[in-house]
Amino acid sequence: MNSLAKPAGWEKFFWPLLAAALLLALWHYSVVWTATKVFPSPLSVEKGLAELLRKHVLWSDIGDSLRRVAFGFGTAAIVGIPLGLTLGWYPALNQVLNPVLQILRPISPIAWIPVAIIFFGIGDRAAVFLIFLSAVFPILVACVSGVSNVPAIFRRAGRNFGLSPTQILARVVFPAALPQILIGLRIALGVAWLVVVAAEMIAVDSGLGYLVIDSRNSGKRYDLVVAAMLVIGLIGLTLDLGFRRLEKIRSVRWGFRHES
Amino acid sequence: MVFGRDGRSVPVLEDINLDVSEGEFICLVGPSGCGKSTLLNVTGGFLSPTSGSITIDGQAVHGPDPRRILVFQERGVFPWLTVEGNIGFGLSKLSRAERDQRINHYVRMVRLEGFEQTYPSDLSGGMKQRLQVARALAVNPDILYLDEPFGALDSVTRLIMRGELLRIWQTERRTIIFVTHDIDEAVQLADRVVVLSSRPAKIEAILTIDIPHPRNISSRRYLELRDDLLSKIGLAYTV
Repeated sequence: MNSLAKPAGWEKFFWPLLAAALLLALWHYSVVWTATKVFPSPLSVEKGLAELLRKHVLWSDIGDSLRRVAFGFGTAAIVGIPLGLTLGWYPALNQVLNPVLQILRPISPIAWIPVAIIFFGIGDRAAVFLIFLSAVFPILVACVSGVSNVPAIFRRAGRNFGLSPTQILARVVFPAALPQILIGLRIALGVAWLVVVAAEMIAVDSGLGYLVIDSRNSGKRYDLVVAAMLVIGLIGLTLDLGFRRLEKIRSVRWGFRHES
Repeated sequence: MVFGRDGRSVPVLEDINLDVSEGEFICLVGPSGCGKSTLLNVTGGFLSPTSGSITIDGQAVHGPDPRRILVFQERGVFPWLTVEGNIGFGLSKLSRAERDQRINHYVRMVRLEGFEQTYPSDLSGGMKQRLQVARALAVNPDILYLDEPFGALDSVTRLIMRGELLRIWQTERRTIIFVTHDIDEAVQLADRVVVLSSRPAKIEAILTIDIPHPRNISSRRYLELRDDLLSKIGLAYTV
């Protein structure tokens, strides 16, 4: 199937489903053939998932993880967008702060865990802080580059129509940079979802990350471990697809490539 | 006008002296890179001259002003705003009713009826340029500066756009300063054509186009003026 040929309606679902089915079969027979006692088969994972749902822990764990991501990611957006716009708008300020940010940026949020625990103790706030750290840098970078990539003629037009610098920022630079800011937010949300799992393994005793580590620690329930992993993957996918819908909003759609 | 580049100063414009009357249509032509756009930007207040001054109605020009709107070659319209939003961009100080009335008027003037809610990404190149002209006219400027506004359009659209611009100019009577590298465009549009030399640009000649509108572009006078302009620029008329 080349990129020019449009797949028929049924093909769009058929081939991905077939691939998933083949992968499940491979998984199943690998478990059977190797006669492993530790790694679960798809069937036992499915039973584990049913057990989690029956015991009602899954929904509250999902809720806790989503809440932490919402707070951490939300704070990162509230702090990161204005700060990023300011840094993009004042290149001199950016030059002063950029080296510090560039040193902090590559530090894995996992490395911050001990520091987070000193600051906030074991608990929700430490986890939220780690998610904030992971999400704020992609947002900052996207805002700074978004603002500095705004074509000069847009700013000139804004100035020509008699706008003050604040008005230019609000009515020209921000909307012009918005598509890039949205990309940054989407990346940040993805990273936040990766980090919440790690944070919950250490800093708290609820959430999907805790479910993974607790299932292992209390009785080596690898069926539950893999079930929780699958749930994490599915929710991450849903979050990303949900965020992608924002790209279809008409006032930002110009900034994204869409197949017509 | 002198630009500093790599520590050396590059004179771009030298000894330019030009008087423009109200409602006049001026075309600036000259070899590419000669400083046509620089001259336009200096007169519009987007660049300050290193020496000399620009005065409009006896007032010195310092910086851009909504009374003088610059229209860019392309990509000048805001892609995040609809046609209506773009035309209304400079009108935030007006009341809602006044703004809507102004937007309506200019939507009709540039013949974009039915496209009020359309975003620029769904408009053709010619429509985008018409939108840019409408956005400029909506703030009621005294002077329009057009920097090769039709340069990115195909030749058929360009011809239609010239007609449209003349029609708008005849109903609205703004002063227009129009930069182009297209000799025909200049002879078709302008009251006077200002020919600039290569850098540092001086005014080589000023040619009055004394043909009334609508201009017959195969009339003898048209061809005479066109040949005159070509020779002033220093081009042969054979290819």
